[in-house]
Amino acid sequence: MKRDQTKKTALTVVFAVLSVLYVMPIVQVLNNSFKANAFVNTETFALPNAESFVKFANYINGMTFGNYPFYKSVLYSFIITVLSAALILVCTSMAAWYISRVDSGFARLVYYLCVFSMVVPFQMVMFTLARTAYNLKLNTPYTIPIIYLGFGAGLAVFMFVGFVKSMPLEIEEAAAIDGCGPIRTFFSVVFPMLKPTMISVGVLEIMWVWNDYLLPYLALDSNLYKTIPIHIQYLQGSYGHVDLGAVMALIMMSILPVIIFYLTCQKYIIKGVVAGAVKG
Amino acid sequence: MKTKKTRDRTAVNSELIRRPIRKAFPLFLLPTFAAFCIGFVYPFCKGVYLSFCKFTTTSNAAWIGLENYGKALRDASFMHAFWYTGLFAIVSLILINVLAFTVAYALTRGIKGSNLFRTVFFMPNLIGGIVLGYIWSMIFNGILTRYGTAIVLSTKYGFWGLIILMCWQQVGYMMIIYIAGLQSVPEDMIEAAKIDGASSWQTLWRITIPTVMPSITICTFLTLTNSFKLFDQNLALTGGQPFTFAASGDTIRTTEMLALNIYNTFYLNANSRGVGQAKAVLFFILVAVIAIVQLSATRRKEVQQ
Repeated sequence: MKRDQTKKTALTVVFAVLSVLYVMPIVQVLNNSFKANAFVNTETFALPNAESFVKFANYINGMTFGNYPFYKSVLYSFIITVLSAALILVCTSMAAWYISRVDSGFARLVYYLCVFSMVVPFQMVMFTLARTAYNLKLNTPYTIPIIYLGFGAGLAVFMFVGFVKSMPLEIEEAAAIDGCGPIRTFFSVVFPMLKPTMISVGVLEIMWVWNDYLLPYLALDSNLYKTIPIHIQYLQGSYGHVDLGAVMALIMMSILPVIIFYLTCQKYIIKGVVAGAVKG
Repeated sequence: MKTKKTRDRTAVNSELIRRPIRKAFPLFLLPTFAAFCIGFVYPFCKGVYLSFCKFTTTSNAAWIGLENYGKALRDASFMHAFWYTGLFAIVSLILINVLAFTVAYALTRGIKGSNLFRTVFFMPNLIGGIVLGYIWSMIFNGILTRYGTAIVLSTKYGFWGLIILMCWQQVGYMMIIYIAGLQSVPEDMIEAAKIDGASSWQTLWRITIPTVMPSITICTFLTLTNSFKLFDQNLALTGGQPFTFAASGDTIRTTEMLALNIYNTFYLNANSRGVGQAKAVLFFILVAVIAIVQLSATRRKEVQQ
């Protein structure tokens, strides 16, 4: 018994060390975000010293660095993510309810198309999708959620249909007998019951849209609108002078909200991600 | 057979709510269906059509049959990307799953701080691919500068760098799935094995691993498709560098994977867009085949249980 205990303590120590190593890359980003550009590459792992320390200069410079204000990218990322996630949740849950309750030939066709779309890699449609977005004026942060709804509908519909099928019909029938029309039945009876799947789908869509690079890069007019990933790729990928210190400051600013979001809703995030993985 | 029966019963009973919902089609299904057509169905069909055409924009397409596919298959850089991606997929598949399973196994032994460790290991999943790529390029270059080199200067560094990056990102994710699987292993089975005198090694191989087989299948295919579809990390970490030249004069971007190769074919040279679309169709077929194999693998498991 005692030997077992020592073994467990040893494991805890090993994992504590591993955990520290695991967060090291992020600590290094923080570390380097306080250094002058010249020192990021040469003294990556040293703490900032009197010579290399620049206080918050990188954060301040980073805000306007590269002729595009960073706060605008954050704002657009935020707008696109919130609008897309909301649109996807409302529209696909309604569609999924229709599909599983009506169950007509057409509904089934839409369902199978959705399942099929989950297999298709983005590169397959990227060129034509970007053209379509341009032609239909879906190339602004306020209209691109429609593209996200279209391309992201597959997984969401699939997950919602899976859940609606397991919901008892009797409740909805009772609502119908009591005189609820489909709209009221859905929003006051079905919608609240969908909550667990809402959270899973919501987490998955938020993570996808927030981190997505290629779709907004190709679909948006990127001179006018940048999201955070586009902004960072633009700064680093544009050959010539790159202020690494400032880039590290921007990376830090872009992952900080994600980490806070993760630590506050950790339970839901892990559950949501796993639900998506197991079903997709 | 069973599903059929359920559906019929549902249909009869739900006629009461079915008809009104059906009438509400424009509100319930139409928005999603319309967006789905714009965002998926139309671009997909047009994409398949364009793969048989020569074009620079969608409006000037001219039908040329299978020529694009021939060019795609003869393209040395595409073949290189294919083998490179395959190799990457296999190495990352083995490493990520072994590491994730080990960590999950250790964390389900009831050690102190399991929850904290789980939180830490899962965290990199939330960071986007582009940002991840630049974080790691900073780390790798910080190490390699001391030896007077950089990650973009050697194919080997680029390959293993990407492997390390992907392990860092995905071990936590797969770990969570394995933990869920391991927690569903019945306690009494393990007890029984212990009483029968099985060593912990035997218990692991004879009882735990066969029971978590569904999780293993899921994780295997997830890592496989993730590797095949990998784009952002690849672009941000090396962007395909270093470059070499094939005998035919084509540029081969030695650390370029399939998705990035398709992207480059499209956007580096507007005249090769038809070839790019053909490559994209081939890529889609490849990913679809993996998905079908996965589906049949999981189906078979379900029948056995």
